[in-house]
Amino acid sequence: MGRTLLDKIWEEHVVHQPVGAPALLYIDLHLVHEVTSPQAFDGLRAAGRRVRRPDLTVATVDHNVPTADRHLPIADQVAAQQIAALRRNCREFGITLFDIDSAYQGIVHVIGPELGLTQPGMTIVCGDSHTSTHGAFGALAFGIGTSEVEHVLATQCLPQRKPRTMAVRVHGELPPGVAAKDLALGIIRAIGTDGATGHVIEYMGPAVRALSMEGRMTLCNMSIEAGARAGMISPDEKTFAYLRGRPFAPQGAAWEAAVRRWSELASDDKASFDRVVDIEARTLAPFVTWGTSPGQVVAVTERVPDPAQAPTETERRAAERALAYMGLAPGMPIEEIPVDRVFIGSCTNARLEDLRAAAAVVRGYRVHPRVRAMVVPGSQQVKRAAEAEQLDQVFRRAGFEWRDPGCSMCLGMNADTLQPGERCASTSNRNFEGRQGRGGRTHLVSPMMAAAAAIAGHFIDVRQWKFK
Amino acid sequence: MQPFRVHTGLVAPLYRPNIDTDQIVPKQFLKRIERTGFGQFLFYDWRYLPDGRPDPSFVLNMPRYRGASVLVAGRNFGCGSSREHAPWALADYGFRAVIAPSFADIFANNAIKNGLLPVVLDEEIVQLIATRAEQSAYTLTIDLEQGEVRDPNASLARFQIDPFARHCLLNGLDEIALTLQHETLIAAYEERRRRRDL
Repeated sequence: MGRTLLDKIWEEHVVHQPVGAPALLYIDLHLVHEVTSPQAFDGLRAAGRRVRRPDLTVATVDHNVPTADRHLPIADQVAAQQIAALRRNCREFGITLFDIDSAYQGIVHVIGPELGLTQPGMTIVCGDSHTSTHGAFGALAFGIGTSEVEHVLATQCLPQRKPRTMAVRVHGELPPGVAAKDLALGIIRAIGTDGATGHVIEYMGPAVRALSMEGRMTLCNMSIEAGARAGMISPDEKTFAYLRGRPFAPQGAAWEAAVRRWSELASDDKASFDRVVDIEARTLAPFVTWGTSPGQVVAVTERVPDPAQAPTETERRAAERALAYMGLAPGMPIEEIPVDRVFIGSCTNARLEDLRAAAAVVRGYRVHPRVRAMVVPGSQQVKRAAEAEQLDQVFRRAGFEWRDPGCSMCLGMNADTLQPGERCASTSNRNFEGRQGRGGRTHLVSPMMAAAAAIAGHFIDVRQWKFK
Repeated sequence: MQPFRVHTGLVAPLYRPNIDTDQIVPKQFLKRIERTGFGQFLFYDWRYLPDGRPDPSFVLNMPRYRGASVLVAGRNFGCGSSREHAPWALADYGFRAVIAPSFADIFANNAIKNGLLPVVLDEEIVQLIATRAEQSAYTLTIDLEQGEVRDPNASLARFQIDPFARHCLLNGLDEIALTLQHETLIAAYEERRRRRDL
């Protein structure tokens, strides 16, 4: 019987398997940020514990950093204290920190891969649910809470039950104008926001193989929105080509040895999964969420659904509540929904490829006069690379704001938030009530769709776009 | 962790699916660097009107639910962000258990580590409990030792929880201390890996 990618990584990392209890799993890489770590470091100090492997721990600041006026002191005193606490903790415990002025600073799930810290076959954790992003490289990567952050800091291990496995096979080819983000939303639409609870998803099939590493990261990133413990993709030549020469990737003979080892990781042909879901790529379209849960999503050419059609009373009430919050009426064509704000950013869609895709739509156009639009690159390196291609000029000329890297308006912990009632086309991952600011209305879309909405002033099918 | 054995308390119904951790504790309160004091921010945007006054229509603001310690909610409770601030806020507010048809994985883990018991019951039972709690003051006993939920009149349902989590909860164990007992095994594992990677 064949073994899955998850089986192989799991077996390699079991330090101890007590009878009837969770396995003690070794963690290869622990990523730390300012919001979910201060209480963990306090816990270590209170118990007189040390960080077992500071060399396997890397920190950055992303969640609450300002994305403008970085030369000035941080105006938000509480955020400034949190960042100062991370600096103190990293110094005290000997942890590498890519601070706000570092050339490597950025959203933790963007910098891990681009620095080559993220590698196939690894176990990776971070006090952030979108840690699933790193699974794009064939790693087992999952989000943890602060108590578990403390556990990993102290022991470099976590007691874990092996999750169940779900194969999501995507057949055929994604149609033009349909992005990795649309694939992710299409999968959530098919299986639901708790469709993969307790499972690790492995994405496979021709449409997944055809994705770039950036697209694979977008897909794995959204796994948590389907309830999955993690998302992963078996590594291949694309994975290795992406990592070669990155600052923390193995070099020389070690690189050759690593690639040999990584080449053995892919799930075996005969490997079996607890569940299998089949998706036909040709049935997918550019999607737009209409509600307050990522599963409340339709194609851009559809209409806002009628809650009366919901399968259960509970779902009907949830849909009514969502529509009231979103200020939408059943039957309204999605393309007639006007937007006030556009946010291109987040760990889902703020990599160079995302910015290129958005810039291609924007080139030669102006942002609609009613719309305020911003681009927040995922990292300093993404920002520099985009500027080297003059993408910043494309965005600025069109009327977009061009910001410094951070999580920004994905979760609105810094000054980048929606005002009550404002409607936003956002490339981020969550359309929860108040996520981008109290009373703010979030519609999740791909970078191309967000860019097109910024120009048109309403949602528009990017498959019909006239590129200049 | 705080031990959990048997708890009896008033039920507050919030029977909606997909209650995410952004609702449980909104992001503007995540900048504190302490573990304590998050109860005041629990369900903040639902509990308080934009002008800061309590919203009288929200369940936790109704006098009849004052002192509630058991929350009953819809499926996929705690989805979204991994913020442990969510169980910190629920526990600090006074909740000891949440009953729902399903929980998001990370939330359930975080809850257990804070002595807040996630109880998974069939959708019909959860709905029944929610309805009863909406109609009148309803008290439940959550018995982790027996794996049973009962009201003053009858046993309602059995529930399952991971046996290791149950063991830790019943005894209030420090999981980090348990792992540190395996120091020799961890060091041996690291040595094996180091030799392989040479």
